[in-house]
Amino acid sequence: MPTLEIDHLDKAYGTVQALRDMTFDVGSGEIFGFVGSNGAGKTTTMRIALGVLAPDSGQVRWDGSPVDLEVRRRIGYMPEERGLYPRMRVDQQLVYLARLHGKTPAEAKDAMERWTEILGVAHRRTDEVQKLSLGNQQRVQLAAALVHDPEILVLDEPFSGLDPVAVDVMSGVLRERAASGVPVLFSSHQLDLVERLCDRVGIIKDGRMVAEGAIDELRAAARPQWFVDGTPASAWAPSLASGSGLRVVSSDGPRTVVELDGASAPSPLSPDDAAQAVLQAALAAGAVRSFTPVRHSLVELYRDVVSAPTEEPAA
Amino acid sequence: MSTTTSPQPTRRGTRAPGDDAPASAWSTVRMVAGRELTTRLRSRAYVVTTLVMFVAVVVGGVVLHLAQGSSSATVVGLTPQTASLAQPLEASAKAAGEDVEVEQVADDAAAKKGVEDGTLDAALTGDPASFTVVVKKELDTTGTAVLTSLRQQAALASAVQKLGGDPAQVSQQLSSATLDVTALEPQPTRDGAQIVAGYVAGILLFITLQTCAQLVAQGVVEEKSSRVVELLLATVRPWQLMAGKVLGIGVVGLIQVAVVVLGGAGTAAVLGLVDASDIDLGATAAWSLVWFVVGFVMYSLALAALAALVSRQEDIGSVTAPVVMLMIVPYVIGISIAPWNPDSPIVQWLSYIPFCAPLVMPIRIALGTVETWQAVVSVLISLALVPALVWLAGRVYANAVLRTGARVKLRDALRAA
Repeated sequence: MPTLEIDHLDKAYGTVQALRDMTFDVGSGEIFGFVGSNGAGKTTTMRIALGVLAPDSGQVRWDGSPVDLEVRRRIGYMPEERGLYPRMRVDQQLVYLARLHGKTPAEAKDAMERWTEILGVAHRRTDEVQKLSLGNQQRVQLAAALVHDPEILVLDEPFSGLDPVAVDVMSGVLRERAASGVPVLFSSHQLDLVERLCDRVGIIKDGRMVAEGAIDELRAAARPQWFVDGTPASAWAPSLASGSGLRVVSSDGPRTVVELDGASAPSPLSPDDAAQAVLQAALAAGAVRSFTPVRHSLVELYRDVVSAPTEEPAA
Repeated sequence: MSTTTSPQPTRRGTRAPGDDAPASAWSTVRMVAGRELTTRLRSRAYVVTTLVMFVAVVVGGVVLHLAQGSSSATVVGLTPQTASLAQPLEASAKAAGEDVEVEQVADDAAAKKGVEDGTLDAALTGDPASFTVVVKKELDTTGTAVLTSLRQQAALASAVQKLGGDPAQVSQQLSSATLDVTALEPQPTRDGAQIVAGYVAGILLFITLQTCAQLVAQGVVEEKSSRVVELLLATVRPWQLMAGKVLGIGVVGLIQVAVVVLGGAGTAAVLGLVDASDIDLGATAAWSLVWFVVGFVMYSLALAALAALVSRQEDIGSVTAPVVMLMIVPYVIGISIAPWNPDSPIVQWLSYIPFCAPLVMPIRIALGTVETWQAVVSVLISLALVPALVWLAGRVYANAVLRTGARVKLRDALRAA
């Protein structure tokens, strides 16, 4: 199965280091979510993948060979800055873009009709793009990325500015494309959506990939936490052995959250042992009504990763 | 979810390079040009401008024709007394290049009345040897010359007669005595039609070159400001995009120029406006088209590169000002000096200098003051600069067109990789 490989990209704009050693890959049929705060380097990475920007070093490969113009023809791209000819009709615009990507006139027309239908803008085909609402322009923009049956999809913020129905349509299209074997790389700030849609996510910060993998893997890598509903923490928390790495992160009457912080100092306890230690301490102080491991959402994982101090100060 | 279930061709990995006929470089350029062509030709502004210019040259030709028709001949009234002057009058008028029509009137009173109400331009009254010229306000210089010579001939004839000679024989001898002139530096002659053609060629080329080059600049900025350029450059090389745009808009402009030139030349030919002129209408028209192409390639490449430096339509004016000045200055010099003094050194120089020649040389060609080889040399000088211009414009364009936001410095665009 061919893979889109982003291999050790570095890019500086003047004195600002936009990308440092950016590395990840997206396999065929995989949906990869790209998250990170504004200015973290998502757009730069995608623009380099599309050859719109040149990296200072590193390479982007598809199926083992560097992405050249011939491969880029077969990428469906949705730039962060939406762009279509404002005074051109939707149908003519999509046919033109499909033709530029190497489709014959007949194929281009078929694809235009198919995608405007699927994306719900068929009734606006003969209108100029500037006459459409922003949401509909966004749908046409996605159609522009799909109209040449791309083998790879690179979408920068495809969900921004969409209403819930359009979000569902867009998610459906991405799933369907992935199911037919297309690797899908997209960026988004809507983390719940990324969590629902993606096979894997990459969290980037200051131009560097700080966490990458399936969401369950990221969860496993995060600091384990447990929720205790019982006696207030003040009655039992002090008995947790110091040096065990266990600490209370929040305490609200009967509800307490305890975390195993293995990062600052290596803990002698395995996560399972730590869970038992917490439970025993709480039981020793009184009745425990509920004891559960905390299941982190992507939002929490993201906050955790992004708020952690960077190991290396910005150059 | 109602997404398509139609089988999609999966062409991953195994496809041979070049299958499904990926657009070659040239066909990409053609597609880009085709888009420019269809969208521009459909634009109302373009159709209206072309029609207006076409109508202007045709109507201008017709007006010129009517004006020539009404003012062609000077009508001179002769009384029965002065009727004998008709033949010598026509002869000396012809010698002076003046078209004179003779009309017989009953007597001096009728002659004066005719001049008064405008049916006659002038009348000769009194005795044939000492006639009086009756005009409404004044006699123009050619008229004065013609009639003075007529009066002198009459005086001479009567003197010859008194001496016993034959006035007719003397006048024949006189008319056969002509001047032989050998000019060491002959001044090229120009007639009215050539001067009009010079103006039309100069103005037409200036307007069309200016508008078409501006269309290229606007097109570049439109793609930049709407950000569609990022989508395009993911699949098209910058030079292909620029070349396609220049080519497409160039064809659009050429159609416009051809319509106007053919309209003007056609009107002139049909109405016989240039029958009396030395103008080579076909060559003037053909050279205008050639100079449009040469000028358009140069100006539009320069403007495309400069326009790529800015991201907003409002900034086009300031960024392209140097090149626009480069068009206005030779145009003004060409149109104001060349028709009256086509051999002025500045006009001659400008008609060879690239970026100036397209606006000056066509005027000189219309005036008939350049040899064909000189025009060819001028075209070749301009064309010699084109490869360097293509390289430079392509570099600036490719480096600047994706940098949206603040205006990119020309120096940075030239340097950046």
